[in-house]
Amino acid sequence: MNLVTPDFGLLFWMVVIFGLVFFLLAKFGFPIITSSVEKRSAKIAQSLKDADELQARMAAWKVEQARMLDDVRKEQAQILREATETKARIVADAKAQAREEADKILAEAKTQIAAEKESALRDVRKEIALLSVQVAEKILRQELSDEGNQRSFIDNLVDEAGKASLHA
Amino acid sequence: MILALLISLLLTADPSPSVQDDREVTVQENPVILSDSEESESINVAEIIFEHIGDEYGWHITQWKGKDVEIPLPVIVKSSTGWQVFSSARLHHGAHYRGLYIDPEKGKIIDEATGKRPLDLSITKNVLALMMSTLLLLAVILLTARWYRKHDALEEAPAGLAAAVEPLVMMVNDMARENIGERDYRKYAPYLCMAFLWILLNNFLGILPFFPGGANLTGNIAITLVLALCTFFTVNLSGTRHYYKEIFNPDVPVFLKPIMPVIEVFSALMKPVSLTIRLFANMLAGHIMILSMVCIIFIMAKYGPLMSGGMTVVSVLFGVFLDALECLVAFIQAYVFTMLSSIYIGLARVREE
Repeated sequence: MNLVTPDFGLLFWMVVIFGLVFFLLAKFGFPIITSSVEKRSAKIAQSLKDADELQARMAAWKVEQARMLDDVRKEQAQILREATETKARIVADAKAQAREEADKILAEAKTQIAAEKESALRDVRKEIALLSVQVAEKILRQELSDEGNQRSFIDNLVDEAGKASLHA
Repeated sequence: MILALLISLLLTADPSPSVQDDREVTVQENPVILSDSEESESINVAEIIFEHIGDEYGWHITQWKGKDVEIPLPVIVKSSTGWQVFSSARLHHGAHYRGLYIDPEKGKIIDEATGKRPLDLSITKNVLALMMSTLLLLAVILLTARWYRKHDALEEAPAGLAAAVEPLVMMVNDMARENIGERDYRKYAPYLCMAFLWILLNNFLGILPFFPGGANLTGNIAITLVLALCTFFTVNLSGTRHYYKEIFNPDVPVFLKPIMPVIEVFSALMKPVSLTIRLFANMLAGHIMILSMVCIIFIMAKYGPLMSGGMTVVSVLFGVFLDALECLVAFIQAYVFTMLSSIYIGLARVREE
């Protein structure tokens, strides 16, 4: 039957045309397309792998970052605590020193006051003694202006002196 | 299954001339009903179908006002008088030219002197369709390759033609890698791509009912035979030692030793035959079914408006369904041919573990 007997002319042309075009496409067509696309697929696969790796590294970084932040916070707290302590100590020291200084000044002032008082008292006594001697001299002079009084006075003195030597 | 389908279709196609003969008789019996012009338009279904699925020397496009609209094609024949090259219009309607004529039954050129077929390398309808579709494929693939040459595929997504062709090419490429193996699939991928895209393109062009398409290339046994032989030679010329050992000296009990090579050689020879018949029969059957559906409309025109109107609706619906089915089959057959080819090549590339 016509349909199932291959026609030689068509067979011939099919071999020629198909062969020729196959040769051309196998050389300049398909390998270029497939190699480009395969390169791209490889690149996409590589990029995906890289992205995965990066993500993993990012996660690690995040953990690291959190840890570092925690450390920094702890350190900050410690520094603050230490600063507070130092402040307290410095204030306390300053207070103590100030009190000491004040005490010293006070003590010095006291001794000075005492010395002043002493010297003032001594002056006053000296003055008083002088005054009393002058007063006694004036009184004595007035009383010894007459002879009788002078005798009795000398007698008294002698008595007194005699009593004093007896007692001694 | 496919063979059964083909046979059933051929059987259904065969009775149609007798049916048509009966009708012609009725036409002659009722000259009152049918006028002269209608008689000349009466339909020979088998002729129409075989004209569409067969080959011809000129490309008959349509009939316009009772005249054939036809693209004349060059006839190239080596007859008893030597090489002859002339337009197919010279042989139109059984005309004799330079001792040659077209046998009205077979539709082939016959040498008057010998009464046999001369060496016939004419550019027939199928050869022209073959040239056009193959050039189209060449252009499409080279343009796509040009895109990849001019653009950095690593940076840009494919656009236009490249975007359309790339998935098909890569589908076949991946199929080749899967079936042949990572090691040497690269050597065979271009052939598989070529076979797949060529068959796919021609399957679709065959469904197309008007000029650039319409030729029944992949439903022609010469074409599918060449394709299957390409696969056959690719397989058997690239067979490994292990492959040939499996054929001629397989590890079987001694009493099987003389039988196995016979079976294996037969099986190797049947592979291209099955490839040929599968593609050919599927495409041919599809064309015949669609053409039959279209012919029903014209056959039924004789049976009154109600009948013809009803059957027209039915056959248009069936025609649409069959066309959709054919689009599916066009892809599936191209895929099946390529996949089987790649599997056969993969089997021939076996290595001893």
